[in-house]
Amino acid sequence: MNKKTVITVKNLYKRFGSFVANDNLNFEVYEGEIFGFLGANGAGKTTAMKILCGLSKPSSGEINVAGFDAYKDTEKIKKSIGYMSQKFSLYEDLTIVENIRFYGGIYGMSVTDIKERTELLIQKLELTEIKDNLIKDLPIGWRQKLAFSVAIFHQPKIVFLDEPTGGVDPITRRQFWALIHEAAQDGITVFVTTHYMDEAEYCNRVSIMVDGKIAALDTPDGLMKTYNAKNMEEVFLKLARA
Amino acid sequence: MEALPYAVSVKNLCKSYPNAIALDNVSFDVKKSELFGIIGPDGAGKTSLFRILTTLLLPDSGLATLQGLDCVSDYKKIRKIIGYMPGKFSLYQDLSVEENLKFFATIFGTTIEENYDLIKDIYIQIEPFKTRPAGKLSGGMKQKLALCCAMIHKPEVLILDEPTTGVDAVSRKEFWEMLKRLNQAGITILVSTPYMDEAILCDRVALIQDGKILSTDTPQHIINTFGKILYSVKTNNIHKLMNDLNTWEHTNSAYLFGQQIHLTLVNESFNDKDIQQYLSDKGNTDIKVEQIKAGIEDTFMSLMTKQHHE
Repeated sequence: MNKKTVITVKNLYKRFGSFVANDNLNFEVYEGEIFGFLGANGAGKTTAMKILCGLSKPSSGEINVAGFDAYKDTEKIKKSIGYMSQKFSLYEDLTIVENIRFYGGIYGMSVTDIKERTELLIQKLELTEIKDNLIKDLPIGWRQKLAFSVAIFHQPKIVFLDEPTGGVDPITRRQFWALIHEAAQDGITVFVTTHYMDEAEYCNRVSIMVDGKIAALDTPDGLMKTYNAKNMEEVFLKLARA
Repeated sequence: MEALPYAVSVKNLCKSYPNAIALDNVSFDVKKSELFGIIGPDGAGKTSLFRILTTLLLPDSGLATLQGLDCVSDYKKIRKIIGYMPGKFSLYQDLSVEENLKFFATIFGTTIEENYDLIKDIYIQIEPFKTRPAGKLSGGMKQKLALCCAMIHKPEVLILDEPTTGVDAVSRKEFWEMLKRLNQAGITILVSTPYMDEAILCDRVALIQDGKILSTDTPQHIINTFGKILYSVKTNNIHKLMNDLNTWEHTNSAYLFGQQIHLTLVNESFNDKDIQQYLSDKGNTDIKVEQIKAGIEDTFMSLMTKQHHE
């Protein structure tokens, strides 16, 4: 199997005063992998994710994202990744097409490129009839699917998804994961956080953070075997309550 | 006068906004001392419903009562007997933990001491941080403080709008244990959540989608209405499996559940052997098919599709 590394994290520490938010993190993420990044609230996930997205500098450690250094190449990192969360996705007072054009524009895509790919995306998501509707008039499930497609519109190497399916209905949640799988098949690496433990089972590998450290990292099957659990929820409860 | 049977009663409630119908003829009742869940995704109408019940929003039509009081005309009385925890953190960020609690006790004309027993179990967990500004608390602690503030005047009905959204699996479990204890102390609790698995922790639930109630009953009774034989199917290549099942003429529904697919068939004279046969003809290996009991999420999806077809 092709195991080209796209994220390398070695001895990552992030301190805020005397508080250690990330305490010696070590892991690699491979190209085209769906990597689940789990942990309790306050375990240090957001801190680590901000560093990987080039939004915050590590205190120490060697971190490389999409071939760029997390200390000095943060602007290059930002251009090579896509990002989407439940809280921040699309601009509600812009239309579907305007949102796509806006994101394509800030990532420096050419006008013709944006035009061609917008057409394809609108067709693929079956939004042709409503492409000039405002985002705020779209049902929430559609919005999240569109937000994901927009986050990978500039064909980034890695897409970071921060609780992308929070509050989404169960059918749309599954359609959303079908889009994630498709992106991974196309070679985009997916780095995802979620509080839905069934979704953790859709990942190729899962890491679980507890109190600033990575307490476990393996395939879902591997974790369930190691912790003698019948699903990921049990694994999570065992680790996070230990 | 005889005691009123319902803590909350909602009849034909409708609410529309310029671009959307939030509540479309919603009716349900919550019995006294019940732990009642409103289960549905974002945009289903949960918050509009709660804002009407807490007298913060007027309905277009229909009737809503709380402990027999009308949510429109008796709003002043209702505000005294309910505790409300909105979905968005709404405490004073620059007041300390203790100051927030004291503030809420004072505006309801009571003291922390008077009802301390009720919140003690929860408050002792945040007491070590009582001088910290509420805005500087972690998510889990904010949630505990908000619950204490909603409880400090000993409300008859506690209304919690998505208290566990964005909360990790461990803290969610702990929060529900707290709710159970409050409920056992006799407080009626109305709670909303987008997490389907939390339905089974309620005495009764209403499933809501697009402003309509899909079903109201005990979680077990709702699950019992599933009505189809449900199979769990697993192979060593889930993507191929999903594809093969989605393109099979006998598939009624196929949904991913972790590393399995939950499958129902159009024709139930088919059985697990037929599924095995089809999948192995398609070149799947390591096929495991077993009949399983439906869960609340299976049932919710089935009700959702039925509603769309109507």
